[in-house]
Amino acid sequence: MEFFAWCMLAAGIGMGLGSFGTGIGQGLAIKSAVEGVARNPGASGKILTTMMIGLAMIESLAIYVFVVAMIILFANPFTADVLKLAGAAAH
Amino acid sequence: MVHPFLILHWLEQQIHTHLGDHVTHMWFVMLVLILLAFLASRCIKEVPTGMQNLMEAAITGIENLIEETMGPKGKAYFPMLATFALFILVSNLIGLIPGLYPPTANLNTNAALALTVFAMTHIVGFKEHGVSYLKHFMGPILALAPLIFVIEIIGHLARPLSLSLRLFGNMYGHEIVLMIFIALVPILMPVPMMLMGVLVAFIQTFVFTLLAMIYIAGALEEAH
Repeated sequence: MEFFAWCMLAAGIGMGLGSFGTGIGQGLAIKSAVEGVARNPGASGKILTTMMIGLAMIESLAIYVFVVAMIILFANPFTADVLKLAGAAAH
Repeated sequence: MVHPFLILHWLEQQIHTHLGDHVTHMWFVMLVLILLAFLASRCIKEVPTGMQNLMEAAITGIENLIEETMGPKGKAYFPMLATFALFILVSNLIGLIPGLYPPTANLNTNAALALTVFAMTHIVGFKEHGVSYLKHFMGPILALAPLIFVIEIIGHLARPLSLSLRLFGNMYGHEIVLMIFIALVPILMPVPMMLMGVLVAFIQTFVFTLLAMIYIAGALEEAH
């Protein structure tokens, strides 16, 4: 059953690392956008649109990690094999 | 991890068909949209009131966005893009009503939407440029074409993947966060999360529609 403990660890640490990088990336993007709007408030509409696309692109990295974590937790392809092996070892 | 009691799931069990929840909820969203369109266009007036006002505001917003990102050529693709926007928006928002489930929180619905965008991009490209659309994949230098071609193909195949996974991850993640909050503190605690859900619903609709626009605009422009 150590397998499932490692799965939990992998999902948690993976999600943490993924959101760490994504957070820094999005923070940098928003910093530049806010600076741009502060210098030229007239361009705020265009900056907002561009920033949204950029944020969505960066965010998808964290979303991929989230999907992988969900696969590890809820739809792990190896669960049946591991349970079978564990059952064989118990007998 | 969805809402413990789904109205349409219960209805579907009463008539013993084996449809997925996302299919029945998608039909529900389609019904809502048809009803909205009917109510808005039943009696069109010069000075809009009520329902017509709301729909006109939504349509004008999408039209302006297309004008900004795609230029005058994009007008032809307005029906498809507006359908995407309205469908995804209503699908996302429906998840905030207890007893209903957003069809966009299932990968199948999103894959269908993203593959439609993917197919549409290339159909538009071939319709606009003929065989010379392949120049889009070749890069500027002919000698490097085989290398660039492989990279471009991978890049184009990644588009439907990222489009569908982004929408799916956001909506499904929101559902899971909401369920965890409800399990921890059922009273008042999930409300801020639901408020953020409204924001996420609008932003994801905006992003999906905008990316679809950008992909189609990329197929429309001349090869560099």
